[in-house]
Amino acid sequence: MSTFSFDDRVVDYRDGQSVGAALIAAGTYSWRITAKSARPRGIFCGIGVCYDCLITVDGVPNQRACLVEASAGLRVTSQLGTGREDLAR
Amino acid sequence: MTSATPMLSMTEIGPTVTVIGAGPAGLAAAVEAATAGIRVTVIDAGARPGGQYWRHGPAGLDADLHHDIALFTDLHTRFQRLITTGKITYLPGHQVWTLTTTADEATVHAIDPRDVAQPVEVTVTSDYLVLAVGAYDRQLPFPGWDLPGVMTVGAAQSLLKGSGVVVGPRVLVAGTGPFLLPVAAGLAVRGSRVVGVYEANDPIKWLGQLPALLGQSRKIREAAGYLLALARHRIRVRHRSIVVAAHGSLRLEAVTVARLDRSGAIKGSIRIRIPVDVLAVGYGFTAQSELPLLAGCEMHATDDQTLSVIVDDQQATSNTRVFAAGETTGIGGAQLAVAEGTLAGAAVAHVVGRSVDGQARRLDELAMQRDQLRRFAVALHAVYPVPSTWTDIVEADTVVCRCEEVTVAEISEAVALGARDLRSVKLLSRAGMGWCQGRECAYATACLIAQQVGTPLDLGSGAGRPVATPIPLGLLAATYPEPAETDQQQLN
Repeated sequence: MSTFSFDDRVVDYRDGQSVGAALIAAGTYSWRITAKSARPRGIFCGIGVCYDCLITVDGVPNQRACLVEASAGLRVTSQLGTGREDLAR
Repeated sequence: MTSATPMLSMTEIGPTVTVIGAGPAGLAAAVEAATAGIRVTVIDAGARPGGQYWRHGPAGLDADLHHDIALFTDLHTRFQRLITTGKITYLPGHQVWTLTTTADEATVHAIDPRDVAQPVEVTVTSDYLVLAVGAYDRQLPFPGWDLPGVMTVGAAQSLLKGSGVVVGPRVLVAGTGPFLLPVAAGLAVRGSRVVGVYEANDPIKWLGQLPALLGQSRKIREAAGYLLALARHRIRVRHRSIVVAAHGSLRLEAVTVARLDRSGAIKGSIRIRIPVDVLAVGYGFTAQSELPLLAGCEMHATDDQTLSVIVDDQQATSNTRVFAAGETTGIGGAQLAVAEGTLAGAAVAHVVGRSVDGQARRLDELAMQRDQLRRFAVALHAVYPVPSTWTDIVEADTVVCRCEEVTVAEISEAVALGARDLRSVKLLSRAGMGWCQGRECAYATACLIAQQVGTPLDLGSGAGRPVATPIPLGLLAATYPEPAETDQQQLN
């Protein structure tokens, strides 16, 4: 099994799995905090329609965890709000 | 951050068609048109062909999860052969973000976001388009539905079929429609403890739809197979039952279910709380409508309250450059999608004068099969409608628009301020203004407006989406030519 990193953890995945699927297989159901009410979110539609599973991949925010295919060494991080606090400074 | 735009114009090499979507309808349309000698480009958001119905991982379809495998194998084999011989250009992992049509051609702009740091844009111009863009689960809000662990039945299914991941150890499946059955059966077969299937409608209603069941022995056998699998795993299907709340602090811990009476209203005061890890829920499907709307195709709300493309017997839309097939023309399942896709491919061949000889009888039979499957779909919609009582279940602080976190109370406030349709409610409340552009909440918001204003359900006013999928601004800028120098001087 190969691995990618999620925040400070190492997550196993099988070839062809999405980042979101690998996280759920690892027992993680949320990886985003909403901008307005600071509520946790994770997979909802699972097919790229709802954008609820947004996550930061290799530093790029707002990627859909249900679509991004897991790959070795990917650096995945939870996303706070819009994921673009850098622009608000 | 975007690379150069390859221009795949093929007008000089005979008639061309671009098929959007590689699910049952798209695969069938592509294979039919390419076999007739038309150059086909297939653009699909998925990593592998098959769409949602035949979604699979690198190892292929799973005998214990997938259905109509022989049909897929046949289409897929022909599809791959046509790719190898250069008749089909296949662009997987590409999302169409806009399209335009003129009197003589159609241009599709797609983005390949698989390299997150460097998305690539592709522009394809062809003589005709076949839109085979599919559908997604329809959702109704209820208290707690935004908790992690609550997901669509489609999500549970796609995680299982595409990634081989069971969504949780203890799962409750709820909503309405026959799709709940394969999802529950698949989860059980792969080791989940499915604590029950809670179906809002009552199958007794099939008694009023018997004529539509004639000739549908395949569908009946399929349903019987699922029920048998559920019985084997001791999973009960409870009818006229509905999830009225999801509970948990940071993730789902339990759901509350209630019974419905024959009219679909909540019956009595009995509420049962059931501990679960995951709730997989869905109330039928919504057809993907943004690309047909961008193409200016005439649309209508079908009997299941879904905005769908109007097509004629040849699968032609009101835009002479555009054909449509599958769920986008009305929700009806994979077999119907394959029939419509095949007919659309043949219709494109016909309009460019490439009809294959000796196919008339086969196509007539397919058209008959399509019409029969459509009648079956209409019966299905009548048996499994959205339970109208859902608006009694929501509370003032229940989130309706998940993206912008807009509540029932905020939508009511917009209506109180004078908003009378989806568009004005969106402008006042931000419901439908977020990342998903209202795909998830438009139906629920439209129902709330109709109820509060006392108008008929209007799905149309919020459905237009000029950009069908979010794209980087840099890419948008690169798509359109820089203003001429004189214009820039004027601007300065």
